[in-house]
Amino acid sequence: MSHDFVQLSLMPLLIGTLASIACALLGNFLVLRRQSLIGDAVAHVALPGIVGAFLFTGTIAAGPMMAGAAIAAVVAVALIELIRKVGKVEPGAAMGVVFTTLFAAGVLLLEQTDTSKVHLDVEHALYGNLESLIWLAGRDWSSLLDPQALAQVPPQLPRLAIVLLVVAGFIAAFWKELVIGTFDPAFAESVGARPGIVGFALIVMVAVAAVAAFDAVGSIIVIAMFICPPAAARLMTDRMGPQIAWNVAFAILSAVLGYVLAGYGPLWLGGRDSVSAAGMIATVSGVILGIACLAGPKRHGVKVAARTRRNPALSEDTPSQPATPR
Amino acid sequence: MDAFFSALFLQAGYNTALVSVGAAILGGSAGAIGTFVLLRKRSLVSDAISHATLPGLAAAFIIMAWLTGDGRWVAGLMIGAALSAGLGLFIVEWIVRRTRLAEDAAIGTVLSVFFGLGIVLLTVIQTLQTGRQAGISSYLVGSTAGMLRSEAETIAVAAFLTGLAIFLLRRPFMLVCFDQEYAAVRGINVRATDLAMMGLLLAVTVIGLKVAGLVLIVALTIIPPVAARFWTDRPEPMVVIAALIGAVAAYLGAVVSSIDRGLPTGALIVLVAFGLFLASLLFSPRRGLLAGGIERFLFQIQVHERQGLLALARGEPIYDPFTLKVLRRKGYVRADGVATLEGRGAAAEAVHDEARWALYRSLYPEEAAGTTHQGVTPIKTVLPPDLVTDLDHRLSLRKVPS
Repeated sequence: MSHDFVQLSLMPLLIGTLASIACALLGNFLVLRRQSLIGDAVAHVALPGIVGAFLFTGTIAAGPMMAGAAIAAVVAVALIELIRKVGKVEPGAAMGVVFTTLFAAGVLLLEQTDTSKVHLDVEHALYGNLESLIWLAGRDWSSLLDPQALAQVPPQLPRLAIVLLVVAGFIAAFWKELVIGTFDPAFAESVGARPGIVGFALIVMVAVAAVAAFDAVGSIIVIAMFICPPAAARLMTDRMGPQIAWNVAFAILSAVLGYVLAGYGPLWLGGRDSVSAAGMIATVSGVILGIACLAGPKRHGVKVAARTRRNPALSEDTPSQPATPR
Repeated sequence: MDAFFSALFLQAGYNTALVSVGAAILGGSAGAIGTFVLLRKRSLVSDAISHATLPGLAAAFIIMAWLTGDGRWVAGLMIGAALSAGLGLFIVEWIVRRTRLAEDAAIGTVLSVFFGLGIVLLTVIQTLQTGRQAGISSYLVGSTAGMLRSEAETIAVAAFLTGLAIFLLRRPFMLVCFDQEYAAVRGINVRATDLAMMGLLLAVTVIGLKVAGLVLIVALTIIPPVAARFWTDRPEPMVVIAALIGAVAAYLGAVVSSIDRGLPTGALIVLVAFGLFLASLLFSPRRGLLAGGIERFLFQIQVHERQGLLALARGEPIYDPFTLKVLRRKGYVRADGVATLEGRGAAAEAVHDEARWALYRSLYPEEAAGTTHQGVTPIKTVLPPDLVTDLDHRLSLRKVPS
């Protein structure tokens, strides 16, 4: 059991967890800024970026792929802004125009090029291949102390660890600017916190995290992790510190539980084959959010509370403040 | 090229023609319903709907494969897709209504979680021992190659019925999009109308899955209305233009993709639609980039002319080459920069106009704030003649004592 686990499951589990935390940390700010779907758009446009990089370099080395996807993400965000400003189109629609077009271009390029020799297809881009990231040199737990075996861990692991450090460093360094810019952009502008530049840097970090995670786990976990853990955390607390803590906890829980359920769940049910870990991680994060929606202590927030104060009959709980007569 | 033209004019066999026409009807319906959804500012709801179809598709496939041995019956798959998309839509609405989360987070949640669940079910299908599972993955990016005649007919008829329903409901949709309260006063059930709108969006999405694929069908409901918005400011023509753009894009996309392998239908439809959008963005006479650029250039000329004339009146030398060029074209200055007779007349007129504007601003500051002077408009074109005469009168009175 332990032998199998270290060799087959440890690396996917760690990689999935690292990717989830990196995405959830950034998603926290996206959800609070009502830009959740930027994560969705960025994850979609990574496909043309990767295909473009493949056409340009002819290899599927990680470096060019990540550079291509990051460029595509920045181009997409610039295009969205351009269409929104020039065409006076609402942001959601502008986003819809851009990411579907770029994704379509990616699909067409992919079908038109001969990628039969390399592992590059739409399905892979959508749901990754977490399960294939095995660690052949890892014989058992003692391998973790063996430098020779450690040299053979899947390259995605150190890459995602670095990305997670960069993301955490970015958030720690610009914490004040990010928080002020999220809640009160006008005030942030007036105190010189540069909300525009910090906002753009946030999008760039989103692109970097999405691309790094994308290669290992596919775009679907990336989107789920950008949105579900932060949204669930939002229903648990009103304060930024605890919000981050809940967020990270939910991300880890989704990744671990999702992976275990995908790998071992079917066996417990009597099946023989495992199911997609990426899909299961996204599903578990959705279940966690569902529970938070039903039972999170801060699930109502101001929006619903204001309505129930006017009409107490709508409220399931007694309102915390008595209605103020006009 | 021959293959393209024979397909374009429906000469490439009954199946190809049927698929192309079906796609065109679908594109028209999608453009029309998309317009209402765009006006309601809920475009990305269709993204959630389309991704939420996947678990239903997969579940329907599993159930049908288990019952009959073949899971590819298209109507059954559509029913499954519609059920799970409906559930996804309900969850989006529920999250927005019952929790503090905003609509973007609700959409993103439903989209990713349903899609994740769908992928889990797809991997279950891969492990089933039924063999005939090739059909299901074509729903991801769409494929009309090898589509059965019955499938194409189902799609065409369903798309036509949806279009008909949109046509019948156009008035309540329009009212709800622009003024919910007025609509309610007129006796329209706003919630039911909204529900019908989302229901038709769902129907178009589900019908289009096989043609455009579930990642790209959302483009058919977003890009045509956004493009149509460039051509008109009135809602009824916008619906018609969006439907036309959608139909043309879907038709051309289906035609091109029928020529050869490796030309995925959904991607081509989206790219054609984007081409039409780009053309609208550039060449629309109302809000296009080209029209805007020309307008800005004309305005620039006006400003340079006015400032040049004022400089002439004050006897200041003009150094700016563009100003000199504009004045020379109009015959106001000679090649050496000295004012001609007309130039001096026009300069005096410009100074007089500025004086009228200054007086108008000091007399009627509030009205003046509402006019668009911008330093170039002759006052006669903005104000009624009697007011201009009055201003002139006051100006002449003012001049006497000095």
